[in-house]
Amino acid sequence: MRMEDIAGNHLAVRARGITKCFDDVVALDAVDLDVVAGQIHGLVGPNGAGKTTLLGLLLGLAVPDRGSLEILGMPAGRALAAPDGVTGFVDGPGLYPALTARGNLAALSALRGPGGQIADIDEVLAQVGLSDVAGDRVRGFSLGMRQRLGLAAALLTKPRLLVLDEPYNGLDPAGKKHVHGVLARLAADGATVVLSSHRMDDLEALCSEVTIVSTGRVVFSGPLGKLADEGREIDYRLVTSDQQAARQIAAATPGIGVIDDAGNAPHGEGFAVRALLPALDELVPRLVQAGIAVRGLTPLVSPLEAAFLALTEQQEEGSSR
Amino acid sequence: MTATLIPSQTAAAARVPVARVYRFELVKLLAQWRVRLLILACWIGPGIAVAVVSQQTSLPADTLFGRWMHATGWAGALVVLGFAGNWVLPLITSVVAGDVFSSEDRLGTWRHLLVAVRSPRRIFIAKASASLSVLFVLVAGMAVSGIAGGIAAIGSRPLVGLDGHLLSPGDAFGNILLAWACVLAPTLALAAIGLLGSVVLGRSPIGLLLPAFAGIVLQLAQAVPMPAAVRLALPSYAFLSWNGLFTSPRQLGPLLTGSAVSLAWAVTATAMAYLLFVRRDFTSTANDGSVRRVITFGIAPLAGVLAVSAGVLAGVTGSTGAGLEQDKVQVSLATAFGHLYRLQSSELYHLNVTEAQLRVAASCTKGGVASAAGGPGNDWRCAVSWHLPGVNDATGQAIYQLDVNPNGRYVADGDGPQEVNGYFMLHTSAGDTPNPLWQFDGLVDLLTPTSKG
Repeated sequence: MRMEDIAGNHLAVRARGITKCFDDVVALDAVDLDVVAGQIHGLVGPNGAGKTTLLGLLLGLAVPDRGSLEILGMPAGRALAAPDGVTGFVDGPGLYPALTARGNLAALSALRGPGGQIADIDEVLAQVGLSDVAGDRVRGFSLGMRQRLGLAAALLTKPRLLVLDEPYNGLDPAGKKHVHGVLARLAADGATVVLSSHRMDDLEALCSEVTIVSTGRVVFSGPLGKLADEGREIDYRLVTSDQQAARQIAAATPGIGVIDDAGNAPHGEGFAVRALLPALDELVPRLVQAGIAVRGLTPLVSPLEAAFLALTEQQEEGSSR
Repeated sequence: MTATLIPSQTAAAARVPVARVYRFELVKLLAQWRVRLLILACWIGPGIAVAVVSQQTSLPADTLFGRWMHATGWAGALVVLGFAGNWVLPLITSVVAGDVFSSEDRLGTWRHLLVAVRSPRRIFIAKASASLSVLFVLVAGMAVSGIAGGIAAIGSRPLVGLDGHLLSPGDAFGNILLAWACVLAPTLALAAIGLLGSVVLGRSPIGLLLPAFAGIVLQLAQAVPMPAAVRLALPSYAFLSWNGLFTSPRQLGPLLTGSAVSLAWAVTATAMAYLLFVRRDFTSTANDGSVRRVITFGIAPLAGVLAVSAGVLAGVTGSTGAGLEQDKVQVSLATAFGHLYRLQSSELYHLNVTEAQLRVAASCTKGGVASAAGGPGNDWRCAVSWHLPGVNDATGQAIYQLDVNPNGRYVADGDGPQEVNGYFMLHTSAGDTPNPLWQFDGLVDLLTPTSKG
């Protein structure tokens, strides 16, 4: 799908029509996916959309029932035969609570053996900001610390394709920023990162491309900018010098729907409108011409989030029919 | 232009050698506080317990070899072995083997492990080997500790066997080591049941308790009357069959049979666990066990092993009864009495009589039945007669009440005359010593064909 969008780029992952079922449940239904090498690719979708299954296939935990999947240039022919350099985690990082943070990494490092490509344990702990707790047992770690240690475990093996399932779960804003930095550096060094989330805003700041999955099918895949341009109505909060008059003008402007009033607005200010960008372009001059000062016009959800919600809702409605 | 895949200098990642995965599994096991605590307890606990009990005036006479704990330090290790076979080994197999697979389910670490190792087969081998290694360390600890505690507290002296014959300290030591080695077979069987339960039941905590539960059920089954062929087809019999090492000649039939049966259970359960494990779909999160899977992979194969083993044993030995026929009880009692009479004569009178001189015979009834009696019970009554050495044509006679256990062990309780088996203690020139004929343990070989038959 959308081969023309990534023309000329090397692909780290190419999937065509992959389907995966668990008994009667179709977890993935004819999924196409291109992941450009050296980029951070987001996989987003509501809970149960099939993200984890797809990531499991990328990690080589299983093979698709139908379709073709190539990872780092190698066809996925059988389970657990993923190419060297593919690592990551699905369903949370795999950590042993009885071991310390350093012990977990040392055990993993020992698994690879002296000949394996292994990064320095202290270095990766420092990268994820866990140097201070390297000697603490993991059972006392918060969810966010576990996520960061899981990332450190993945970094230990110097990945070429890093697959992360919901890496932001449990992370505070500072932790998210830290992980962003680590992943951005990794991509800058040439590695490919595929990460999933059920929240679009987690991926906006980091990913160059996203794939939206809903009920096992891909509903969008491509650059974030293209997603934002999909031309869907989104909600904005409008704050003016005269709310009453502004509301009347908005209601009379073609393409503008007033969906809120000042009473429900945060801090008691403004009201919400639903519109496409061209309709807003029409509304603002009208307000100014009427002598009303526009003090704020901000989207209630990001354009990407709005597109995501619209696409996944459409897909779910289609599936339930 | 078209998109191109990364030029492939890529090869499938090499699978991690089993030795490294084994080390990884050992690290994880030994990091658990409960495993560390178990190791400490197994290496220290039995020694302390034996040393303390050996210093008490009242001994655990109802435990095999317990009545000899004042007489020799070697008895303590066997008391520990008997207790361990009943209770401790099933429990430690639960802790070590019952959790080795399910812990990954609970921690959600399977996928991480598979991505790192890339071979369920190697993970299985490493996990099974690591848990067996830890079990071996625990069993070795109990053996060494029990022996050390007994020898330190009482010293190395001859041990009275289960047919009354004396084993030199060297023989006792060798037999005790052999006996501990023999219980490794049923321990392996329970460990394999633990592995199977851990694989079949996923994150369900029932898997953790399975070896302990199976061990206790199988032990209880040993207390129930049943045909000898079925009894020996249960892996729990091998927790008892080491007793045959302490008779002369050794009762190797039940010992080898019990060990073979245990190993058959171990192999079957391990094979089922392996098949189930390597076929598992690790991308599916549902692995909490199902009734169908428990029956197909757990109960049915082991029931099959039990049925086949019992059938083969019944066919080979021709035994369909309990193996506790009257004449076997009589021969066993007469042999044990003869050996112990020699011991008593030596302690009291420094006489060196021989079994050939004594020509001991026993005549038993069970519940009043004098002919073709048999089976377990505490209603055996036996008259033992022997020729008095140095007294022409004079015979002695003593009465014993026997409590015969379904597994072949019995306790013979002296019922007169007083001068032979009526006193608990003997007054000898070396001081007071327990009367070996007052009460003693014996063992009937369940597999030996009867002389009448």
